[in-house]
Amino acid sequence: MGKAILYDTTRCIGCRLCEAACAERWGLPYDERIAGEEQLSEHKLTTVVTHGERFTRRLCMHCLEPTCVSVCPVAALQKTSLGPVIYDETRCIGCRYCMLACPFQVPAYEWSRRLPRVKKCDMCYERQLAGQATACSEICPTGASVTGERDELIAEARRRIAESPNGYYDHIYGLEEVGGTSVLVLAAVPIEQLGMNHRLPHEPLPILTWRVLSLVPDIVAVGTVLLGGVWWITHRRDEVAASEHAEKEKQKR
Amino acid sequence: MNLSLRWPRLTVWQWVFAFVMLAGLYAAYVRGAYGLGGATNLSNQFPWGLWIGFDVLCGVGLAAGGFTLAAIVYIFNIERYKPILRATILTAFLGYVLVILALLFDLGRPYRIWHPLVMWNPRSVMFEVAWCVMLYTAVLALEFAPVVFERYGWKAPLRWMRAVSLPLVIAGVILSTLHQSSLGSLYLIVPHKLHPLWYSPLLPLFFFVSALCVGFAMTIFESWHSSRAFGKQLERPLLASMARVLAVLLLVYLGMRFLDLHHRGALPLLRENRTETYLFGLEIALLLIPVLFLFRRRIRMNPAALYACAVAVIFGFVSNRLNVSVTGMEAGSGTSYVPRWTEVAVTLAIIALGFAIFRSAAKHLPIFAAEEAPVEKAAGEPVAVHTG
Repeated sequence: MGKAILYDTTRCIGCRLCEAACAERWGLPYDERIAGEEQLSEHKLTTVVTHGERFTRRLCMHCLEPTCVSVCPVAALQKTSLGPVIYDETRCIGCRYCMLACPFQVPAYEWSRRLPRVKKCDMCYERQLAGQATACSEICPTGASVTGERDELIAEARRRIAESPNGYYDHIYGLEEVGGTSVLVLAAVPIEQLGMNHRLPHEPLPILTWRVLSLVPDIVAVGTVLLGGVWWITHRRDEVAASEHAEKEKQKR
Repeated sequence: MNLSLRWPRLTVWQWVFAFVMLAGLYAAYVRGAYGLGGATNLSNQFPWGLWIGFDVLCGVGLAAGGFTLAAIVYIFNIERYKPILRATILTAFLGYVLVILALLFDLGRPYRIWHPLVMWNPRSVMFEVAWCVMLYTAVLALEFAPVVFERYGWKAPLRWMRAVSLPLVIAGVILSTLHQSSLGSLYLIVPHKLHPLWYSPLLPLFFFVSALCVGFAMTIFESWHSSRAFGKQLERPLLASMARVLAVLLLVYLGMRFLDLHHRGALPLLRENRTETYLFGLEIALLLIPVLFLFRRRIRMNPAALYACAVAVIFGFVSNRLNVSVTGMEAGSGTSYVPRWTEVAVTLAIIALGFAIFRSAAKHLPIFAAEEAPVEKAAGEPVAVHTG
């Protein structure tokens, strides 16, 4: 199943160290003002969001069957077997279909650059390759974010819910949403109260377009035969009419 | 001294054209110098705006007359429509070239527009769109090429073109079918964002049928303009029978739309007092009112009324595409979008460019029937009959 991040909102204290570590890892500026922005953007690839006394954290969910990977016309986005969804900027043409399609509204664009790139969390791919945890989970002082095998983290999440049924709302966000994600979220309240989309289908979104795209070969084959057939019939009619006309002319003579 | 500077003498429309082109050029400079952020009101929440919603979605749709008429004339062998075929093919070709031009503005890295040729992802609708645009533009260029060959009297290439015309037309019809519908498929992936008045699993079918409708409407629209600009007689009975087909198609389209709304249980949404409801109403009204008129023979035979109906259908089509790409996406994206002046300026300049190229092509190339007929008889038919 690959690597995953388990983010437990009940343990998050909103210290924003994850934001700082993420910015440092990407070489992005980070200060008070950026800390206060609380939304994902081209210069903020993870963000803590305040909901009254609770905190939640947004980042790329690294779907198991990612919408962005399926929609990218040049395969610039890839789901690695390790877990992270990574982006190859040398392929990207900048159509921004990934941004339109992402069910979590994660990918951001470098709007102000002349040669812009898509920006999103890549789950610290090179750190994962080296067997290290992500920068955000490594720095997290309360263990709200932890990196590990997805199977093990699901078991851990279930254990936490079972141990304190009053402390958690009984739902692992990301277990089934859009076919499952590699970021799993636990909360004390229904997830929509923390500003997350709870109405996502459990089937992966790429199925929606694949149903139609897989018809393309049939349309081409059937269409060609059909159009060729119609052409043959309509022109045959003319030919027959012309030859009958010629016969009549002959008989007259 | 008599050295006073004088403005060149231009007609009102030439002034408008000059102004639109200058504004467009300046907007193009802004796009180049300050990037998408400086030239558009797009954002991370709303990444597709006017350039996709109008220039691409509508541009491709408005070029639909090309494959519709090519199929009617060549596949269904209804020869009486031949006199207006060339003008429609030219419009379709120009439409596609201008769509590509608009894409160059919209893509973040326009110089990589060729990437889908070598970097494949067959699971992506956008990949299908890219291939359809490229292949169909090539097909349209080949379909229009005989006009240029005729103009310069090149006999050999004309014969080659005649030999491949059937496969070309079939390829064109299939590519268009795929392409028109795939623009609708683009939005299948956003059930969570697109307003239920427009999101439907049948989006590809709706996009295809509405493209057929606007193909007919555009053909009527162009014929009217060409007849005025070049003093040609309007092919009245031809356009009237086309208008009847248009009315039936529109009725089928609207019927499907409402059946779909009913089956998805989305009809109660029409009682909500929201912007989406009103813009949906506008879209439907612009398509429904022409239907009511076009079923009367008197209206169909009246050029001005027919023209008005065609314009209404075109506006209805444009509002549908903008509703899908902008109106219907705003609430789901949690933001609102109004295009910046630069986006509008580029769009207007592209439209103006289209009109200008069509006009000069119509002036210098044998596009209309009167010029086409003798060439066909003198060079084409006898040769083909005797050798075949």
